[in-house]
Amino acid sequence: MAISKTVEGPQAGCAGVQSGMTLMLGGFGLCGIPECSIAELVKLGAKDLTCISNNAGVDDFGLGLLLQKRQIRKMISSYVGENDEFERQMLSGELEVDLIPQGSLAERCRAGGAGIPAFFTPAGYGTEVAEGKEVREFDGKPHILESALTADFAFVKAWKGDSAGNLVFKATARNFNPMMAMAGKITVAEVEELVPLGALDPNEIHLPGIFVQRIFQGAHYDKRIEQRTVQTRETA
Amino acid sequence: MLDKNGIAKRIAQEVRNGWYVNLGIGIPTLVANFIPEGMEVEFQSENGILGMGPFPMDGDEDADLINAGKQTITAMPGAVYFDSATSFAMIRGRHVQLTVLGAMEVAQNGDIANWKIPGKMVKGMGGAMDLVASAENIIVAMMHTNRAGASKLLPSCSLPLTGVGCVKRVVTNLAVMDIKDGAFHLVERAPGVTVQDIAAATAGKLVIPENVPEMNID
Repeated sequence: MAISKTVEGPQAGCAGVQSGMTLMLGGFGLCGIPECSIAELVKLGAKDLTCISNNAGVDDFGLGLLLQKRQIRKMISSYVGENDEFERQMLSGELEVDLIPQGSLAERCRAGGAGIPAFFTPAGYGTEVAEGKEVREFDGKPHILESALTADFAFVKAWKGDSAGNLVFKATARNFNPMMAMAGKITVAEVEELVPLGALDPNEIHLPGIFVQRIFQGAHYDKRIEQRTVQTRETA
Repeated sequence: MLDKNGIAKRIAQEVRNGWYVNLGIGIPTLVANFIPEGMEVEFQSENGILGMGPFPMDGDEDADLINAGKQTITAMPGAVYFDSATSFAMIRGRHVQLTVLGAMEVAQNGDIANWKIPGKMVKGMGGAMDLVASAENIIVAMMHTNRAGASKLLPSCSLPLTGVGCVKRVVTNLAVMDIKDGAFHLVERAPGVTVQDIAAATAGKLVIPENVPEMNID
């Protein structure tokens, strides 16, 4: 019989998060972010968090909400360009920031979940990113050693899921969610639709439920768009 | 002199049938608009789509479907979505044939800087370092000079590097140049631009061949 991971909601999902912990949060920009868990983390008020997330949200949404309340001590991201409060806290030294190449960030999470402690990549060789890292040549090309990332909690967002924690993502909202789910000691998945066990075709599940410890259906999703870019019907 | 669309149009001429292409934010994004009809080309966006289509019609935008610049997009028939690790496996594994990206500075040895101005702009490198470290074919699309009028083609980069010795070709509003043997080699002039104009706007070592044809971008 399938193992049930279903919890009541974000409150039960976030239970156990404490100050000083390391969290992973899925999403690219505001696309595919765990909106309900972030709202709950703001309520919980845990501080001195290390957050691993590709981006840092915008001033009034996503991780920007945790930044506003000064709950984050350190961010590990690849791109943080959309958030003035972030830039202010970073330049003033309140916030520690580790910027790492996007592909290395994805692979470091994947490695963390896959039991691979480190790997060599060409990305960042000869740049600030390589400072203090072992360099080794393979096929005559220099590579740098990058270590795996794991987290006390990983918060991910999927389109559909079942009580076994199996997940299906929608379009480009998949992004970092699967690897972060793999790398969390406790992975909390929030879904738009929690479907009955057996309703998902096992051939079409994107993330096996073994990587998920808690799952709940979010009550509401804002799904904000950062750069609404459209063609007007007349000119098209 | 070319405008941004002109630069994109010239770069589109570099794209070959059957290629997977990653386009960066800004001028590179415009390249997709100038691919000849019928050419089999797929655009990859590193946030997790292959087969990216044009911007959606007003009202059809989907918050779950964006490109790496966080713009709403559409998916072409045959498109596929994937996670970020798979996306960079495509990039690092050299399954993408061409990368086009912008730059703040390019050096005559092929170094590129485009992610940080110390003390001023700290936004992060996004996927740029992975892209430039692995791609075999990297074209930089940018203006020849910065807003202050200073050359962006330099003997060596002054800003923190994104990648070393990786840029093969630069297309600017003034010229097409190849980078080899520690110098910019002038290949083509933009319409109405003289070799003297290009030399004056290039701080790095510029090799000027006998004959420098004008671009044909019509």
